[in-house]
This record gives sequence, C-alpha cells and structure tokens, in this order.
Amino acid sequence: MAKTLMYGNSAIGEAAIRAGCQCYFGYPITPQNELTEYMAANLGRRKGCAFIQAESEIAAINMVFGASVAGARAMTSSSSPGISLKQEGISYLAACELPAVIVNMSRGGPGLGSISASQSDYFQATRGGGHGDYRTIVLAPSSVQELADLTHRAFDLSEKYRIPVLILGDGMLGQMMEPIEFKHEAPEELSVRSDAMRGAKGRPSKIIKTFTSNPADLERINWSLYRRYGLIKKEETSFDTFLVDDAELVVVAFGIAARIARGAIKTVRDMGLKVGMLRPITLWPFPTEEVRGLTNRINQFLTFEMNMGQMLEDVQLAVAGEAEVSFYGRPGGVIPTPSEVARVLTRLYYQKGLK
Amino acid sequence: MKKVYTRPRLLKKAVFHYCPGCGHSIVHRLIAEVIDEMKLGERAIGIPPPGCSVFAYNYLDVDMAESAHGRGAAVATGLKRAYPEAVVFTYQGDGDLAAIGTAETIHAANRGEKITAIFINNAVYGMTGGQMAPTTIENQTTTTTPYGRDAVIEGYPIRMSEIVAMVKGAAYVERVAVNSPANIRKTKRAIRKAFQTQLDGLGFALVEVLSPCPTNWKMTPLESWQWVDKVMTGEFPLGVIKDVAGGKDAA
Repeated sequence: MAKTLMYGNSAIGEAAIRAGCQCYFGYPITPQNELTEYMAANLGRRKGCAFIQAESEIAAINMVFGASVAGARAMTSSSSPGISLKQEGISYLAACELPAVIVNMSRGGPGLGSISASQSDYFQATRGGGHGDYRTIVLAPSSVQELADLTHRAFDLSEKYRIPVLILGDGMLGQMMEPIEFKHEAPEELSVRSDAMRGAKGRPSKIIKTFTSNPADLERINWSLYRRYGLIKKEETSFDTFLVDDAELVVVAFGIAARIARGAIKTVRDMGLKVGMLRPITLWPFPTEEVRGLTNRINQFLTFEMNMGQMLEDVQLAVAGEAEVSFYGRPGGVIPTPSEVARVLTRLYYQKGLK
Repeated sequence: MKKVYTRPRLLKKAVFHYCPGCGHSIVHRLIAEVIDEMKLGERAIGIPPPGCSVFAYNYLDVDMAESAHGRGAAVATGLKRAYPEAVVFTYQGDGDLAAIGTAETIHAANRGEKITAIFINNAVYGMTGGQMAPTTIENQTTTTTPYGRDAVIEGYPIRMSEIVAMVKGAAYVERVAVNSPANIRKTKRAIRKAFQTQLDGLGFALVEVLSPCPTNWKMTPLESWQWVDKVMTGEFPLGVIKDVAGGKDAA
C-alpha cells in the first residue's frame, strides 16, 4: 500500500477505524485535538459507528464503558490532565474486564502544566493509574508509523486479554507529520465481541458488576486478574534494541525520547563511543528480563526520559544492583536535543572510564 | 379462581434486602412489570448505581451493567449508541443523578439520548448512612446536617427534574411517588410512558420517584409514607413536568 503523509494524531484515528473501532468519545484538550477532530470527520458518519464530543473526560470514558458492555470496539483519547479524570472509568473497565483503548498524548505536568510534549505520566500509566489492584497494558510508540501499528495492536490486545490498553504518546508525536503505511483495510462488517451484553435473548440474563461485598470473593477476583497479568508479562512484553551488541553503555528510553536518544547515539558512535539503546515498546509489561539480561555484559546504563525519572525506577528494579544506572531527564515539556543528549553520553562515558 | 396478584415474571426469586417501607422494592417490581408487559425483556439493559440499589441486578431478571457513581447516563449513552436496538434504562438515586452525576444527566438529556432514567429521590444518601442529599429538604435533619439543612450554608433542595425538563433533548419528565396505592399506579404509568418515549425515539425520558427511606428518616414506614405527602411533595410537586408527545397519559 502507498505511503501517506499524516499527523500522528490523525494516524491514530485512521488506524483505529481500520482496526474496526466503532465508537469514539472524546473531549477537547491540547495537544490531541486533531485525533478527536479526525474521528468527528471520519468515524461519526460511518455505518453503525458513533462519535460523541462528551461533556467531560469522565463522561467520555464512561461512554466507552457502555459501548464496551455492548461488545463494540471503543476508544477515547486525551492528554495528561484529562487522563487523570478518566482514571475512575479505567479502574471500572479493569474491574469488569472490559476491553477499551485509551490514548494519552501527554503534556507537561503537574496540574494544568504545559501543552508541550512530556513523559511525566509514566507512573500513572504503568501503575494502574486509578484506585485498586489492577494493571493496564501500556504501549509507547516512537514514530507516526508506530502510532498507527500500536493503535491496531491495542484493540487486539485489549480484546484478547479483556483489559484496557493505554497508548502513551506525547504532544510531539501527535503533532508531527511522517510518511506512513497502513497495513489493514477497515473491516466490511464491525465485529461484536462474543460476550457482548445485548439483552437476554435466548439465554439467561447477565450481570456486569464491580461491587463485591464479600472480601474473600474480591480477593479471588484480584488473584484471577493477577494471573492474567502474569500471562501478559510472559506473552506480550515488547521492546526494540539499537546497537547493543558491542555496547559498553546502554541507554534506556521510550517514545519520543528514544528518537532523540537515537540521534545522540549516532553522534557519539561517530566519535568511537560504544553506546547502544534498549527501547521498551510495552511500558507495562516492562521488559525487565531483557534489561536484567544485559547486565551480564554491561555495567553502565543511562535512563533518559522527558521527566524527572520515572521509568528509572523500573530500570533500577530490573538491574537489581548488578549495574550502575544513571539518569538524564528534562521535565516540564522541555524538548532535549540530540546534541544535548550526545554531550551527556560523552561525559558519562569518560566519567565511568569506558574509554 | 382468577389470579389477581403474582410475582412479576422478570423479578428473580430472591428476597429483597431493602428495609421495611423502602420504596426501592416497589419501583423494582413496577419496572419488572412494565418491561414484561411491553415485551422488552429480551432487549432491556439496566444500569444500576452504587448505593442500596446496586443490588437491583439481583432482582431484575434482565441484563444489567453496573455504573460508577453518577455515570449512569454516560454509560447508557455509550451502550445505546453502540447498540441502538437495546432498550436502556438507568436506575439512579438523588446523590447519583442530581449531585455527582449532574453533568452526565443534563448532557445526556440535552443530546436527546434515547434512554430512560428512573430517578429515586429519597432526600438522603441511603446506603452510606443518611447524609444530606442534594434533594434534602430545608430543615431536614441528616447525619451531615445535624442541625437541619440550612439553605444559607447548605443550599436548597434541587429540583432536578425541572432542570432536566428545560433542556431541549428531554422528551418526557414526570415526578411521581410510591407512598400510596394510587400513587404507585401512577408511577407504573409514568415508567411505562418513559419506556414508550424511548421506543418512539422521542428523546430522553426521566421519571423522578419520591421514595420513602424510613431507616434514615428515623420514621416508621407509615410515618415515612405520610412525610412524602406532607413535606416532600411540597418541595417536589407531583405531576408531568414535560411531555413532548402529549397524549391521554399526560396528567
């Protein structure tokens, strides 16, 4: 299929439609509005589909809940402050084991923060985010092509494991244009999940609920979710590597930060510094085993994030004291440049006596 | 011999956990009767709320999907838009529909969502132990208005049905009560009309039911039924507030 030039936000919308997304519910917030607008223009009038600009992010996620109850592929999107509002609904989706796709084109925080790209929602995204013992799958694209590919994958994973899936992008990815290729055509017929709730016709009535008055019953449900999360860790952890084979220093970075780091690594490679990168594609499940495996050979890691050091904790947990982990980050929506990161890498490389 | 009274077919064979004199069990029964009589049992999906009536799914023998507190109208919206053949109703209390879920309620009504909201107004938060509700009457004592609701401090009881009726997408709004056999019959008619409004695609339908909560009102069931008449209906007058279809059912 021919390549087309698209904004990241629009690419998510088009990929969602091609993944059979039937319902999109959103609320305006920068820097993800192009996605909401794309769905208004391209999903709302499709046969059997629904687009609603909701009265709030809370309403939008609860509309997703309702659509998912009815067995539809449903999606919402927002940016950091709006994602905080959606956490209530995400917790209920997790509790009811309902599939849903939630996109966070994140921006600087806390509070209203800035509208510039940031990665400061890593903790919120990877630790459940709302109340209660639960996880969501978190996908971290680092290009417009990957935004599209992972959007499609998000719908499939969400239904396969009956779990909400978050796409953690950022304002920069959403607003940049790149040539991309869509690997799927939109389905002729919208799929309906086999467990859809559509009235008690030809079967006994069903209940979808989260309230469990007996703690022992809830404990059983929690452990059942826990076992599912274990299976997801085993089956779906995904990551990418760049020049790690001979590396003396490995950068761990995700999303747009990994794009910046890649440029920096090319620069320092030209200077003869053996630096590589591991880029988690799933932030939850985090590629813990893969990072730990690298410590057999590599003693120096640098976690690079556009925040004050959040994924850093997962890298430290993975390394488990077997290697030294340094950190470089810029919070607040500041976009570090490849040359800035190259200087950090060069300094660290010499400081640690790697050359 | 002619059978004049029986368990509605769509009411599960379970013993209600509700307190003696509580209005929930009456309204549950009416909903079960109406859905069955309208032959909607295979299409109906109910959205129960957190609160005493979270257990509505243990009694009503139709598909039920529990909502987060106040989000019933949004959940119902998503469900109905994804599957318009469903007949979707929410069951919500006063705190749910008229406090935390105000925005969801108003905007679902304003979009003219083809859903039916059954709004139980008992002037208190019941399951949490009788705190002030948005509909608590002035001077009414609750656990969070121990000296009586003072409008200067706590504001006034909110007439949510009148507010909903003001928005264009609302097609049918009626306030009823379940404190006498005559009122119970009117309530059933209103519930039927609210489902018919949805079937006719006219827009949002809301039935507010003034419902006794003897336990939290610290009254006997009989006193609580009388209190609905003497006090509640003064603040919340009964009758049709809006009916775009008109018709002989309109009071």
